[in-house]
Amino acid sequence: MSQKTKVIEKEEVVIRFSGDSGDGMQLTGTQFSDTSALFGNDVATFPDYPAEIRAPQGTVGGVSGFQLHFGQMEVNTPGDFADVLVAMNPAALKANLKWVKPSGTIIVNEDSFTDKNLEKAGYDSNPLDDENLSDYNLIKARVTSLTKECLKDTELDQKSILRSKNMFTLGMVYWMFDRPLEHTEEFIEKKFKKYPLVVEGNKMVLRAGYNFARTIEALPYNFSVAPAKIKKGIYRNITGNKATAWGLIAVAEKAGLELFCGSYPITPATEIFQELAARKDLGVKTFQAEDEIAGICTSIGASFAGNFAVTTTSGPGLALKTEAAGLAVMTELPLVIVNVQRGGPSTGLPTKTEQADLMQAIHGRSGECPMPVIAASTPSNCFEYAYSAGKIALEHMTPVILLTDGFIANGAEPWRIPKMADLSPIEVPFAKEGDNYQPYARDTEKLARKWAVPGTKGLEHRIGGLEKMDITGTVSYVPENHQVMTDIRSERIRRVANFIPDVPVKGNDDAEVLVVGWGGTYGHLTTAVRELQAEGKSIALAHFHYIFPLPKNTKEVLKRHKKVIVCELNEGQFAEYLRAGFQDIKFNQYNKLQGLPFTVLELKERFNQLLEEK
Amino acid sequence: MTDTILKSHSPVKLTPKDFKSDQEVRWCPGCGDHGVLNSVQKAMAAMNIPKEKFAVISGIGCSSRFPYYMDTYGFHTIHGRAAAIASGVKSANPDLEIIQVSGDGDALAIGGNHFIHAIRRNIDMTILLFNNEIYGLTKGQYSPTSKQGMVTKTSPFGTIEQPFHPAELALGAQSKFYARSIDTNIKLTTELILAGSKHKGTSIIEVLQNCVIYNDGAHALITDKETKDDFQLVLHHGERMIFGKNRNKGLVLGGNGKLIIVTIGEFGISEQDILIHDAHNPDPHMAWLLSNMSAPEYPVALGVIRDVAALSYEEKLVQQIKDVQAVSSIKCMDDLLNSGDTWEVK
Repeated sequence: MSQKTKVIEKEEVVIRFSGDSGDGMQLTGTQFSDTSALFGNDVATFPDYPAEIRAPQGTVGGVSGFQLHFGQMEVNTPGDFADVLVAMNPAALKANLKWVKPSGTIIVNEDSFTDKNLEKAGYDSNPLDDENLSDYNLIKARVTSLTKECLKDTELDQKSILRSKNMFTLGMVYWMFDRPLEHTEEFIEKKFKKYPLVVEGNKMVLRAGYNFARTIEALPYNFSVAPAKIKKGIYRNITGNKATAWGLIAVAEKAGLELFCGSYPITPATEIFQELAARKDLGVKTFQAEDEIAGICTSIGASFAGNFAVTTTSGPGLALKTEAAGLAVMTELPLVIVNVQRGGPSTGLPTKTEQADLMQAIHGRSGECPMPVIAASTPSNCFEYAYSAGKIALEHMTPVILLTDGFIANGAEPWRIPKMADLSPIEVPFAKEGDNYQPYARDTEKLARKWAVPGTKGLEHRIGGLEKMDITGTVSYVPENHQVMTDIRSERIRRVANFIPDVPVKGNDDAEVLVVGWGGTYGHLTTAVRELQAEGKSIALAHFHYIFPLPKNTKEVLKRHKKVIVCELNEGQFAEYLRAGFQDIKFNQYNKLQGLPFTVLELKERFNQLLEEK
Repeated sequence: MTDTILKSHSPVKLTPKDFKSDQEVRWCPGCGDHGVLNSVQKAMAAMNIPKEKFAVISGIGCSSRFPYYMDTYGFHTIHGRAAAIASGVKSANPDLEIIQVSGDGDALAIGGNHFIHAIRRNIDMTILLFNNEIYGLTKGQYSPTSKQGMVTKTSPFGTIEQPFHPAELALGAQSKFYARSIDTNIKLTTELILAGSKHKGTSIIEVLQNCVIYNDGAHALITDKETKDDFQLVLHHGERMIFGKNRNKGLVLGGNGKLIIVTIGEFGISEQDILIHDAHNPDPHMAWLLSNMSAPEYPVALGVIRDVAALSYEEKLVQQIKDVQAVSSIKCMDDLLNSGDTWEVK
């Protein structure tokens, strides 16, 4: 669709859009990634934004970023370093320059490099004038004035005009990567359909940016990234939070139950709750509770009453739900608790990612209080693991904690849409009218009690937080019985291991180094290991999704490699947990606590170091 | 997913005995809770609702042992959270008849937030609030309703805290049904539970309950034979607010907006001058004045103080789901999975 001077084919490209938190960078990034996914590339994205809705304008703290990685091969991470950085103001340049590849392209909005903005960003002099940026392909565009110029004859007010400047840079980047504009034009038409002037204005600016890049020949050559070779099927883009919500709805539909979600808004988990709230058409009942405690408590009530009940939260909220989670363990009611981990402790880093709630999930309750803990690892497999969490909860009559994190919750990737018919069935152990019902009698395989739903004739019974008599479920203070019940609560969760898959290993059985990870670090670990394997290194990856209980082959896998290194975004909680279970194995660690994911580069450096160690 | 249908119950014949569980009742001899248990079992038998449709849900505290003594579905939950758990039960299964049992510590201290929000949402359930102005199960500490100055184990020099008036709290949360009884008055308590059950929405029934061990006689002026007639005003909708041993005292509204006690036959006051109770008045002003009367300045108002019709939370929830389902093109999960932007890789 354009006359290009020279086209260079690239395997993969990383672009980072950055600007003030009001500059529309999340939208710009999402548009580019959707367009690339529709084009057939594999894509991974990572939004990186401040906790404040509109942090102080022009400051480094207020910079909002959106990184995306697209390619013609499998893309597992949003990329370490950017080929192209879009910086809408000096603060965005300052915050992100370190993430640009040497000789990468930087597009700046030159109009924003005023003395005032430079000072706010903490620059002593204008970086566009000195030599520091000479190693990069710097494109200075007067984005603000060109946008104004483009729209001067329209009736749009000044505010709306300035707001559409993100479309100018999007247009420029579309030209650079030879992307069609249609998808974004349709998006604009749909989003602003009540404001025809805004639709027209945004489309004009988008095209102006595209043409501007062509006119100035923003690059000496143009990149083209061919479609990826992906498995056949129908695809869509999905974020981890949406996939989680959909996985939970899928459980309810498969089990033939109503879905109830009692929750309290908390970053970065809120989108799950919002998505569920929007799904009244599928009969989802959402209850915006007065606090985190009421969130889980209404869900426990709904579970008692026969719904598939879930509650969604993040670390501090999980802490508040702790006591009630213990009640769910004691009453053996099905419940899924989703914890989208963020940087902690306390309020910590609400919009940043971390994996430091692992111990809280496994152990963080009063008394001996076991419940299964599982972790999703990519945006799209949040669906699969939310489904698995629900299936385990219902079939084993237990609360389950599903861990995701801010990185995969907000990240997006193309997802091959599953068919409901292909999902494994869910058998709910209901007690039925006419049964000789004993509330704490169990099946022999799973040790699950039966679920007698209020309203069922003849099954009236009482449950509660006090210790239960084995089988009858009446209150019991008998010492021996407490031992029996504690043992049963422990054993029945251990038996979940009989119903989960083995942990898969990527690489050879005799690889010297085994990389161990869990949860949202999967993309970076798998990329680092794959790249080292391609270099001929003796390395393999075991990535865990089932944390408690662990898959049955865990010991066998850990034991067969000479060196084991556990990588996680915390101080070593999974490593500690594995040490406690496998005392004869030496676990090396690689940890990071910056609110950011690993980079493939740093992982490879650490793995190479371990490979070289005698 | 299936629709929840609000079914009407077919009439059933049950007696209070049908609601007694096989568990031994372990409250102290003389505890006011025994009377309330009798009242609840009587009221339930009179409701013509099948036994399996009842769920009795409690928090923690002496009164919260309640579900164990009822042969219905029951849930003895955790401290303060009964209102939240009951909210979930009712929202999930609107067909159930919910009785939620709490004490003054459970509902007004640790569970204060859930108490006010259940009322604000107007979830259809009957909350029995046992008010004995003390923490009994932990053996005698002051509660949020203990009178200022009261000496307890945690206030050895007298409490310096202002007590809650539960009714004031409930009305502040826009309570639509507020009633008050006394533990020993089984007839009145039974009547109020029936009225509360009939009311669609959150019905609060405050039961002035006597803890014989840690706060004996907390409500003595209102309950003692010698004084009770002068310190009880039993309200009936549409009837005049008359009380007293000789049924010659009544309430009128003073020019300053306060209630004034008058004597019929004195200063030209006749029965016609006495206020008529309107429990259905949407304006909460009079309910506030009545429910805040305390002895010895005033008689304490008993009976149904406020009973104003409104849609309940779960009725609106079910309706909203039906409305959205009627217009949405997404009928099942496969529809949702394939909605919006998708593309095919061939």
